[in-house]
Parts: sequence; C-alpha cells; structure tokens
Amino acid sequence: MTPQTLAQKLVARAAGKESVTPGEIVTCKVDLAMVHDSSGPRRLKPVLERLGAKVWDPARLVVITDHYVPAYDEESRKILRIAREWVREAGIERFHDAEGICHVVLPERGYLRPGMFAVGGDSHSPTGGAFAAYMFGVGATEMLGVVVTGKIWLKVPHTIAMHFDGALAEGVCAKDVMLFLIGRFGMDGGGYHAVEYRGPAIRKLEMQERMTLCNMTAELGGQTGLIASDDVTRDYLGGEIELWDSDRDAELLAEHRFDAAHIEPQVGAPHSPANSRPVSEFREKVDVAYIGACTGAKLADLRMAARVLKSRKSRAKLLVAPASVRDRQAAEHEGTIKVLLEAGAELLPSSCGMCAGYGEQLLAENTVAISSTARNFKGRMGSASAQVYLASPYTVAASALAGRIADPREVLA
Amino acid sequence: MKAWVFGDNVDTDAIAPGRYMKLGIEEIARHSMETVLPEFASSVKKGDFVVAGRNFGAGSSREQAPEALKHLGIAALIAESFAGLFYRNAINLGLPALVCARAKRIRAGDELELDCARGELRNLSTGEELGCEPIPAFLMTLIRDGGLVPHLEKRLRCNTTS
Repeated sequence: MTPQTLAQKLVARAAGKESVTPGEIVTCKVDLAMVHDSSGPRRLKPVLERLGAKVWDPARLVVITDHYVPAYDEESRKILRIAREWVREAGIERFHDAEGICHVVLPERGYLRPGMFAVGGDSHSPTGGAFAAYMFGVGATEMLGVVVTGKIWLKVPHTIAMHFDGALAEGVCAKDVMLFLIGRFGMDGGGYHAVEYRGPAIRKLEMQERMTLCNMTAELGGQTGLIASDDVTRDYLGGEIELWDSDRDAELLAEHRFDAAHIEPQVGAPHSPANSRPVSEFREKVDVAYIGACTGAKLADLRMAARVLKSRKSRAKLLVAPASVRDRQAAEHEGTIKVLLEAGAELLPSSCGMCAGYGEQLLAENTVAISSTARNFKGRMGSASAQVYLASPYTVAASALAGRIADPREVLA
Repeated sequence: MKAWVFGDNVDTDAIAPGRYMKLGIEEIARHSMETVLPEFASSVKKGDFVVAGRNFGAGSSREQAPEALKHLGIAALIAESFAGLFYRNAINLGLPALVCARAKRIRAGDELELDCARGELRNLSTGEELGCEPIPAFLMTLIRDGGLVPHLEKRLRCNTTS
C-alpha cells in the first residue's frame, strides 16, 4: 500500500477505505459534530422542522453555548433560549451551557479521541487536530447536512508538513510559531490542505499549546491542523489511546523545516495576522491588552501571562477572559488568577466575547489594542478605527506592563 | 451584469460584520462590505458579480457571509482563489463561486457574462474571454437544486415515496 499521511489515514478510516489519494472526493462518516449557539440550534431547528428530519445520532452531537453568553440584550437572550429548548427536544445530552469556548470545552470533556473524524460549526474547529483527530469547520447549512445524514463529502487534502527541530526559546510559545508561519506563508498558505506539525519541538509542547497551533491553522488557510498522538496526548486524555501518525515516507505537498530556537516573539500588525514580524520591530503605545479566546486564554496561556505580570502592575487596561470555566477554576485554585488581578486585570466571562465582536465590551474608536486572539481584521473587535496587534500571552502581558508593545524576554530575563 | 471588484484576502468580518450576526440576513446584508466599499450594499443590483483576488472569504465559518451576498442579488462570485470554508458555504447556499486565474483583469463596473457549468466568462466591456475552472459536476447538482437544503428536501422526498 502507498504510504499514507496522518490526514490520509484519518480520512480513509472515516470513508471506510484502506487508503485514499489526495484530490479524490470521498464521503466520510462523522464520529462527532459540534455546534455553538451562533451557528447551531437557531439555524438548525427551523430547517430540520421544514425537512421533517431528526438528528442522525443525538449522542454524536455536542452543543456548547459560547458566543452569546452571557446574554446582553433581547436578541442574545432569544438565541440562547432556542439553544436550551432545542437540546431538550432533540435529546442532546452533551450540552454545555456557558461553560467556556467550544474548542476548549470539547477536549476538556474528553469527547475527542485520536482517530476520530469530526466537524465543528466554527472556523477554529481545526483545534481538534491536536488530538490526532481529523476536525474542520463547516457552515450552518453544511452542518445541517451532517446532522441529517451523519456524513460529509471531502476532497482528500494534500499534507503540508511544518517540521520544528530543537525547542522554543524562553518567552516564545505556540502563538508565536503560528504568527511566524502566517507571516511567512500568508493567510492562504495552507491552501485548504492538511497542515501537520511535527518534529522534536512539537513533541515537547503540552496539549493546550498544541491546540493553539492547530487552532490558528484556520488563519494559515489549512482545512485542518494535525499532530500525531503520543504520551502527551495520553496524559491529557487519560486511559489508553490509539496512536496515529504519518507513515515515514508518505508523500507531502511540501515540507518546511525550522529551528524552533530561532523563532522570536511575533506581533501581527493591523489588520491581518499575515502582517506578522518580530516584536523588536514594534514600539507602539497600547491602550488595551486583551488575553482572551480559544486561541489565547486557555490555562497554559493564563499561566504565561501570569509569569510576566507577577508582582507588577499593568499600565494599559488589562482584560482577561479565561477560555473555559474549568480553566478559570484551575487558574484560581493555583493562584494564577490572583497574580493577574493584582496586576490590575479585569476578569471577563469565559466566552468568545470581544474576540468575535460579540458582547458588550468592544473596542472604542481609535483604541490601540494588543490581543492574544487569532484575528485582527478591521472592525472585528469593535470600531473600524481600532488598531489591533496580535501577539502571544507573554507579549500581551509584557506590553500591558510597558504601556507599549514590548518584548517579554526582557521581563522574564 | 456589472462587476464589483475587491482585492486579496477579503475577510468574513468585512462581508458579514460580527456585531450584526445576531440579526436577520437583511440587516447583515445591509452592512456587507461597509468597511471596504461603503456604497456596495446600497448600490449593488440583482445579477451583479463580485470579483476578487486571492483567498476571498478568509476567516469565519459564518455562512451569513455568502448568504448576505446572495441576499443582495449577487449572481456569482469570481476570484483568483477562495478560502476553503467560505467556498463550501457558498456552494451549499447555491451561490456559484468560480476560480478565475485572470480575475484581476476585470475592472470595477465591467459588464460580465458567465456560464457556470462550462466555466466560460466573458468581459463584455473589453471583449475578453476569461476562462474559469468549471465547478465539479456533483457540486453543480447542488447549485442547480438551489443549494444543500433544497437538495436534501428533494432526496428525503424521494426516500419517502420509494
């Protein structure tokens, strides 16, 4: 049999085939589908009723409210009400209401296992690929197709390998790796193929850091981001797991090799993550520092910010929205939240919030912000005149202290 | 009909701004492209085309992005390339999205004529023939049915009668 990449193996399993070839169109059985309050029940319910159809397998559908929580007006209350009522009608037991952002809640509840084929009604669904599951984002209509049939078509992707030797330097993390790659290859560098992260530097990363890599594969333009399962995956998930990896000599569309130690903290200038360059090229003053989102406010991210902020005071307005309730509780328990609060942080709800331009807290006109989120498109986080710089939690924290964009390595040294 | 021309990497926040997502498609469509071309939503006519450079529709999975353009009456999208997720959403809604390597030769306001299935695109203003990649046959079936929902409706109906 032709050697297969991890992506090919996962797709082949879901398509019921021994092997698949890039470019071939296959129909895959979906092991798990996830929707949130914005893309989910409010859009699925009316069409399911119109079709007279039911959820193909309620046990395989996970519903998580994160975009409109907490509700802040009549429309958001209505959207949440529809979600809460619909899960009861449809018999969905895996419903997580205001417990955090879907991409973080899904693995923390152990729903994802290596080898799975999964879809999510959100563009950051490639996050699941960190668990050696083939997971990608789809729109509401496509999700409806999955919910009715349990299947989805797929053009088998090529694989682009991003190989990192060595280890990341102190004060540099997965977010910097992704800004570096997007700056280098552009927002369509992934070509809607599978992007596989591999090499010694990746193996050393904890699960939530791996999730950040796969998460921002969306901004790199890949269909999914993948990482082979290993001991780190097993330790996070608990119990026995399947080991999935690419065959050594599987054909790749491209393989890019980097020395992880040479990657510096990166900053993505307005209004695109593709405008990323090393932090040393920036000195802009910042009004707001935001630690938030599935990309940048998981427990691992909060710890990074706390390491920089410990026993110091933020000059900029510092906002922290932990990515999930469990992560927030763990951060409270271990003292991380206390460090952030003592630095002057204002704690916001664990939801998508400002990152997606939802909720009450948005950037005012002409605000300059530095953010640990994934996207700085014009107007996304509030006013179209706001300037948003993207960076790692380390760099956001260091910039909050300085009141201007700053290199976290100077604080951590 | 007329071409509305955009650049590279037009993102879903430009096409369907997040702050209007809680509202209906009519309201979202009214704000479509307002940060890049403010007059677009109020001036576009039924049957017009959206023409763009690389990676049109980058960003979110929100299908209100292609839905807003369809709601405004856009007949088809023509770009050098599309973000993969956006492309799937457009086709699922029955909005043709065609990849055209020479999309950047089209100027704002040019009159275009398109045959989706054959991938034939003619610029009536310049007389130029601009080939597009034809949409794969199985996706044309979805478009002809008006999108995935009408397609499923048809299929479910067949299943109950058979």
